[in-house]
Amino acid sequence: MGLLSEKNKEVLLGPMSANNPVVVQMLGICSALAVTSKLEPAIVMGISVTAVVAFANVIISLMRNTIPNRIRIIVQLVVVAALVTIVSEVLKAFAYDVNKQLSVFVGLIITNCILMGRLEAFALGNGPWESFLDGIGNGLGYAIILIIVGFFRELLGSGTLLGFQVIPQAFYDLGYVNNGLMILPPMALIVIAVIIWVHRAKNKELQEN
Amino acid sequence: MEQLLSTFVRSIFVDNMIFAYYLGMCSFVAVSKNVKTALGLGIAVTFVLFCTLPINYMLENYVLKEGALSWLGPEYAEVNLSFLAFIIFIAVIASFVQLVEMVVEKFSPSLYASLGIFLPLIAVNCAILGGSLFMQQKAFANVGIATVYGLGSGIGWLLAIVGMAAIREKLAYSNVPNALKGLGITFIITGLMGMAFMCFSGLKI
Repeated sequence: MGLLSEKNKEVLLGPMSANNPVVVQMLGICSALAVTSKLEPAIVMGISVTAVVAFANVIISLMRNTIPNRIRIIVQLVVVAALVTIVSEVLKAFAYDVNKQLSVFVGLIITNCILMGRLEAFALGNGPWESFLDGIGNGLGYAIILIIVGFFRELLGSGTLLGFQVIPQAFYDLGYVNNGLMILPPMALIVIAVIIWVHRAKNKELQEN
Repeated sequence: MEQLLSTFVRSIFVDNMIFAYYLGMCSFVAVSKNVKTALGLGIAVTFVLFCTLPINYMLENYVLKEGALSWLGPEYAEVNLSFLAFIIFIAVIASFVQLVEMVVEKFSPSLYASLGIFLPLIAVNCAILGGSLFMQQKAFANVGIATVYGLGSGIGWLLAIVGMAAIREKLAYSNVPNALKGLGITFIITGLMGMAFMCFSGLKI
């Protein structure tokens, strides 16, 4: 079996769209939306979650035959908490400003439902390599959504992207105004709702009755 | 006393866990289909927040914080264990939830039957860990304020999920576009409720 057989490719690419963790499986909405008012923290958060999911999946997958069933949630939480601690220390060392912006939300990766969902649903029943791909796939699927939301909120809310001015000054002279509402928390939810709407209008089999 | 009251009101309305920080969204969306189960989960979350926050507050201030171990003797005054905070907090929460589950199962089987299925879910509810992390960040002056903050955050979460469930029960009769049904419309309503809650944000107490 090659490194990327048909099944593994499906495991890696499925979560990008058809099986996206946020808009389809409804996981990981919790800690994510608050960090999307700007693009940069959204990207950092996406990368951090991808790294944590991938390695947590590998570790749990390696230990899956030795964990007693009753205490598996605590074991999973401890593994995840240890990984998140590492990520948090790395961020503090190399990206202090972003870490300040993310504040408690780095710690909240621990209780991000994507982690528990993938550990329970995938890593407990599959080998380490497949679990690694599954983690990468789901992490990136999550990051894509964060980046789309962050992109629109920063563009419409502050007229910048990654801190650079993209809406020309001439527009402001003509009377264009930044939409301050986009920066406020409720708009993240509505932007996600619009993404879900577009996604489900294209993939009719996902619609709920 | 005044500070207790203002922390309590602020944590319910201004710093609402759902509408201001989106914490606990997963179970919020998944369990808000009818009012009765929403109420059960809300009470369980409030209870766990109310009990874990003081425990974590004590740990933070007497074990984890920089210089917190100085009560052991002057040679420990330099120790800073704050990087262990995530692991300690989540371990306290997970074991507390397990404990509550066992106690409730033993002493009140009827309560267990109605609440029991939600308890394991709570260990991974972001609102609980979020409460502890905000407590750490806000550095409350004493354990009383931390406890009141936990209680208030829980009640705010409870209000949000029960309100949402009530709206969704009515929503079953309305005509929603196919692609928005279920998840999509829930998000839009949460956003609108959040905007309504934003009118509290200017409140000075």
